[in-house]
Amino acid sequence: MTLAEIFSSLFPEGHSVTVEDGLVGGHGPLGAKRLHVVGLDGNTALGVDGAIRLAAKVLAVIREAPGAPILVAVDSDSQRMSRRDELLGLNEYLAHLAKALLLADRLGHPTVGLLYGHSAAGAFIATALATRVLAALPGAHPSVMDLPSVARVTKLPLDTLREMAKSTPVFAPGLDNMVATGAVHAVLDPAAPLGPQIEALIAALPEGDIRDRLGAERGGRPVAQAIAARIAGG
Amino acid sequence: MSAPGALSWYEAGARQRIAVLLDQSSFAEILGPAERRMSPHLPLFGLPRAFDDGIVVGRGRLDGRPVLVAAQEGRFMGGAFGEVHGAKLVGLLRLGLTERPAALLILFDTGGVRLQEANAGETAIAEAMRAIADLRAAGVPVIGLVGGRAGAYGGGGLVAGTCSGLAVSEAGRISVSGPEVIETNRGAEEFDARDRALVWRTMGGKHRYLIGGADAFAEDTPESFRKAALGLIDAAAPFDLATLEAEQARLERRLDRFGETLDGRDVWARLGVNDPEGIPAATDDAFRASAEGCRESARDAR
Repeated sequence: MTLAEIFSSLFPEGHSVTVEDGLVGGHGPLGAKRLHVVGLDGNTALGVDGAIRLAAKVLAVIREAPGAPILVAVDSDSQRMSRRDELLGLNEYLAHLAKALLLADRLGHPTVGLLYGHSAAGAFIATALATRVLAALPGAHPSVMDLPSVARVTKLPLDTLREMAKSTPVFAPGLDNMVATGAVHAVLDPAAPLGPQIEALIAALPEGDIRDRLGAERGGRPVAQAIAARIAGG
Repeated sequence: MSAPGALSWYEAGARQRIAVLLDQSSFAEILGPAERRMSPHLPLFGLPRAFDDGIVVGRGRLDGRPVLVAAQEGRFMGGAFGEVHGAKLVGLLRLGLTERPAALLILFDTGGVRLQEANAGETAIAEAMRAIADLRAAGVPVIGLVGGRAGAYGGGGLVAGTCSGLAVSEAGRISVSGPEVIETNRGAEEFDARDRALVWRTMGGKHRYLIGGADAFAEDTPESFRKAALGLIDAAAPFDLATLEAEQARLERRLDRFGETLDGRDVWARLGVNDPEGIPAATDDAFRASAEGCRESARDAR
């Protein structure tokens, strides 16, 4: 689905969401509430300039609309890869955006991610992965690194990796694999209105972080939950 | 073992760093190598495994105060986040919520996500950042120390940026995209990864300290990192709206001041550092003196 299709399904009565330089911001009605939207559109790479503007939007929602739900809609590239971004401390800008979303969550704002295109690496961690619950639409294609690059780094033939990817969700790109690791909680039905589906996610927000439990149940991360629980238990 | 001051933090391994950082013999590892919780995935790639998956976690004391500690082992898979590695850090952060130690210390030494376990590593980084926010909100400072061979790259840079405070040495590097990654994607005209001087003045510890990307500058010794960690524990800001608004202002100001510069030397000159050209070669003491009074501070704004 395109962002326009998403919003016509999500906000049939209209909305104020705009896209500027690939940065998404605005709001629309969701049931009796107002749903605030931030995000990235059009396969945009997230650099220092975009991250600080998105963080400003999130902090404004915290200040001006206490407790309002926040949707983080993402179709992005990875973090912007440049000398300037790293010189200026991109890690701080991306972490700051993630922290703004995590703080909003702590202060009572339901935070829901909606992955509808690509996302990868630092951009994914700073946005969609910093929400309490992450939903995706069919056709979304998250990755950490594409298989040809994995082949370069691991020095394994691409064909071998393609074959391994079929049985091992832990390293291969793709939505199914991120569902299996528990990073993506649910895949939405694009044929049904999105508003009620988002409302249902908000009504059933998990207590705390259940991604490792989902990863164990779905087989994408066979050991993470047991190890984290063992250590957390002292 | 020789006197703690004699050990190079950069050269040391994860267990050595913990042993000399904490009070003598105070460290007790949790889920140590004897339990052999190894990566279930590396054999598929024909790669050797480590009994600790490249990270050591446990309890100890720092100047008599109880702390939890995680130390990444940069010599195994570049300290990268795999499934087990990431889960050990996440588990320790969650343990912090029930134990409420004086601080949780993360000794970074990582290239980021382990590509052979990329999805698990990336998800674990997101879990770790959420757990750090929870722990900080509960009043437990999370302090990062960056001075290892692998630096704090990729998702490790984002985890570092989530900490309450960061200490870095000259050899420590903090960044998201590494030099080779930028060069591979954008070409050597954008970033020549073989130009080591360029790497240091773009991502290195001195640059990060000058722009407020780190809060303390340590020498390459356990004693110096120990002093820095103790100072940062007492200076930790709460995880609240005021802190993040201050960080927003701080990072906006950085773009205003330095957004048009392309080289670390130009940033340092704009900061008003005496002799920016001499910064890379300056001794730790001389560097600290130059930075004093003109560096950007992230106090109460991280």
